[in-house]
Amino acid sequence: MSQSEAVANGSPTAAGMTGFVQDWKSDKQTYQVPWGKAMMWIFLVSDTFIFSCFLVGYMTVRISTADPWPLATEVFALSFFGSDPIPLILIAIMTFVLITSSGTMALAVNFGYRRDKRKTVMFMLFTAALGATFVGMQAYEWSKLIGYGVRPWSNPWGAEQFGSVFYMITGFHGLHVSAGVIYLLIIARKVARGDYDKKGYEIVEITGLYWHFVDLVWVFIFAFFYLL
Amino acid sequence: MAYVPLADQDDPHALHDPHSFITKYVWSQDHKVIAIQYGGTAIFVGLIALGLSILMRLQLGFPDSISWIDPAFYYQAVTMHGMIMVVYLLTALFLGGFGNYLIPLMCGTRDMVFPFLNMLSFWFYLLSVIILLASFFVTGGPAGAGWTLYAPQSITAGTPGSGGGMLLMLISLAVFIVAFTMGGLNYVTTILQARTRGMTLMRMPLSIWGIFTATVLGLFAFPALLVSAIMLGFDLVLGTSFFMPAMMQLGEQSTQDGGSPILFQHLFWFFGHPEVYIVALPAFGLVSDVIATHARKNIFGYRMMVWAIIAIGGLSFLVWAHHMYVSGMNPYFGFFFATTTLIIAVPTALKVYNWVLTLWQGNIRLNTPMLFAIGFIFTFVHGGLTGLFLGNVIIDVPLADTYFVVAHFHMVMGVSPVLVLYAALYHWYPKMTGRMYNETMGKVHFWCTFLGTYAIYLPMHYLGFLGVPRRYYEMGNTDFVPATAQALNANITIAAIFVATAQVLFFINIFMSLRKEKDAGGNPWGATTLEWQTPDTPPKHGNWGPELPTVYRWAYDYSVPGAKQDFIPQNEPGEEYEKTFHTRGHS
Repeated sequence: MSQSEAVANGSPTAAGMTGFVQDWKSDKQTYQVPWGKAMMWIFLVSDTFIFSCFLVGYMTVRISTADPWPLATEVFALSFFGSDPIPLILIAIMTFVLITSSGTMALAVNFGYRRDKRKTVMFMLFTAALGATFVGMQAYEWSKLIGYGVRPWSNPWGAEQFGSVFYMITGFHGLHVSAGVIYLLIIARKVARGDYDKKGYEIVEITGLYWHFVDLVWVFIFAFFYLL
Repeated sequence: MAYVPLADQDDPHALHDPHSFITKYVWSQDHKVIAIQYGGTAIFVGLIALGLSILMRLQLGFPDSISWIDPAFYYQAVTMHGMIMVVYLLTALFLGGFGNYLIPLMCGTRDMVFPFLNMLSFWFYLLSVIILLASFFVTGGPAGAGWTLYAPQSITAGTPGSGGGMLLMLISLAVFIVAFTMGGLNYVTTILQARTRGMTLMRMPLSIWGIFTATVLGLFAFPALLVSAIMLGFDLVLGTSFFMPAMMQLGEQSTQDGGSPILFQHLFWFFGHPEVYIVALPAFGLVSDVIATHARKNIFGYRMMVWAIIAIGGLSFLVWAHHMYVSGMNPYFGFFFATTTLIIAVPTALKVYNWVLTLWQGNIRLNTPMLFAIGFIFTFVHGGLTGLFLGNVIIDVPLADTYFVVAHFHMVMGVSPVLVLYAALYHWYPKMTGRMYNETMGKVHFWCTFLGTYAIYLPMHYLGFLGVPRRYYEMGNTDFVPATAQALNANITIAAIFVATAQVLFFINIFMSLRKEKDAGGNPWGATTLEWQTPDTPPKHGNWGPELPTVYRWAYDYSVPGAKQDFIPQNEPGEEYEKTFHTRGHS
């Protein structure tokens, strides 16, 4: 496409408000984004609404219940080798692991665009391993709470909604992480096989979008459920 | 490597024509086949819901005339009728049916951007329909708490179908939402990223704008329904208390307490109100194209119409609690939501004016699609005006839960979208099949449906003013309802049976016309939009032959002075008439 033709078709060559208007009225491609990436973004916005509804529901029942809300610092405390219980230590490690995995994912995307197949695959597998570690620690936390007698319909300390919200929200997030691990493994295998050598490594970035989203959601769950 | 936009990929080497019967007609990835699968399934469940409504009307008009309609069955019929009509018929037919069929054809693409996901969307939809219909056969029958499924009543023992039927309903809704998300992502992404050369956003036909905005609304609104379905399902199966307050149940203190019933209503209506516009916006779009084509005039105020669609879509997320004026909310909420509700009437009224002004001095062809489209303007104005009554808290309080509400929402989101569906089905039937429907039979169908629905719903407004409550199995002895209300109810039932029977004409028409010898031709209406310019009718796999069309003008160049015919297709090169006719902010 020649330059003049591009301008006539409204390609985003202008800056500022004019460029914005051209982006939105342009033909062919809005923002020159390939469709796969656009589709993932739209899906993530939709998924944001799901998690927002879960969190709003949690806040509402926490206000509506008449029973006291259990203290997260005491429930989620862990002692090592007979030490005093350290509040939220497992959650802190889980959060650290998940946020680290965002970093390794970003490296995978970077090496993808540099067409360094070996390192891309390596960092994707590393990310998947960190994700699996997170899910494993979450399973450990679940088993501990189940051991304390926390059930979706009751718990030893107070409002029964505590257990229902905990299992529902962390469960739904855990499913997202597990799905992300499987997604990463599938894409990593296809990268290793050379499926994207001709098409380009866009898909690694799309996978990364999903992965960063899952991390971001965890930050909100961490803040609203564990810290408040 | 440079990214090549989809629209520049003319070479059809990526197109893989299906060979076997199964991949061509059953597990097909072709958007046109998927559209017809979606449409057929939706119309099939719609007929079941129509049958349920007739059973309800028989009970209301002629109480106890059918011995096996007991109160429990009546409530189950109410519930299933409402849910099927709103979600499984209207949403699926507008977006899954017309969205799938028209988006790639009107935008000038070969298919959706992700055809495999599109195919999965239909099969998940079919699964959700099967799960829903299965609930008729479980112990206790289908859910019977009203289509709004208000907790705690919907899952409390004593409500018909509060066990297995309710659970299947919730699972079915969740599967439907998954199906809708897979389809919806395709629709939005295809419209944004895959339009052909020259098809700018402001050259898109209004059908596409309506479907696009409605799909965005769906992607943001259905999550609230999914979450409320998951939480309600946990309350039902696990005994959690998201929506369950402390209460006595069958003489015993319930073990569930501390939940918030109002939370369910908020979540439900945060989905439920945008859902009204998920149905209405595609209808607005389709009817605009039908009116412009058959009035041989450009749509009046195209850009205003686009902005009105977007404004309505945005506002629809801010009005949900007008369904909850009598639920015990803070009165200040009522004030806020009444205000937003009245504001949404502004862009809506603007659209109605523009349709009427499009008809003004047009060269109107009163064929079947046009009759249905004009009929829609009547019923929509009618239902919209009663909406202003109910949007005001002070008028809504006495009218809430009466037949006035039933009449209002059936007029505005039952009859109006269905009239548009018929207009669109008749309008695009020649493109889908290559045959022309029978005009006389279509007109008879229109008049029976249009006049018949008025015979049903006008008297209901009056019943509502009398104070006749909705959702009652029978009236019994009430002081404030005069005995003559029963005569009115009987009349309504007779009209309802007449309208339901008249729909047979539609099915006879579309099936008989398939066998006709005469070819309708590629563009029988002289329409400008791209789907009428395909090389084959019905369009073949890949839609466009070797080269994608190039768009040179907007979708409404009708009756252009000096042109050689009274329409100029979008893909015909030359001066864009609209540019000289309308002032543009930039170009």
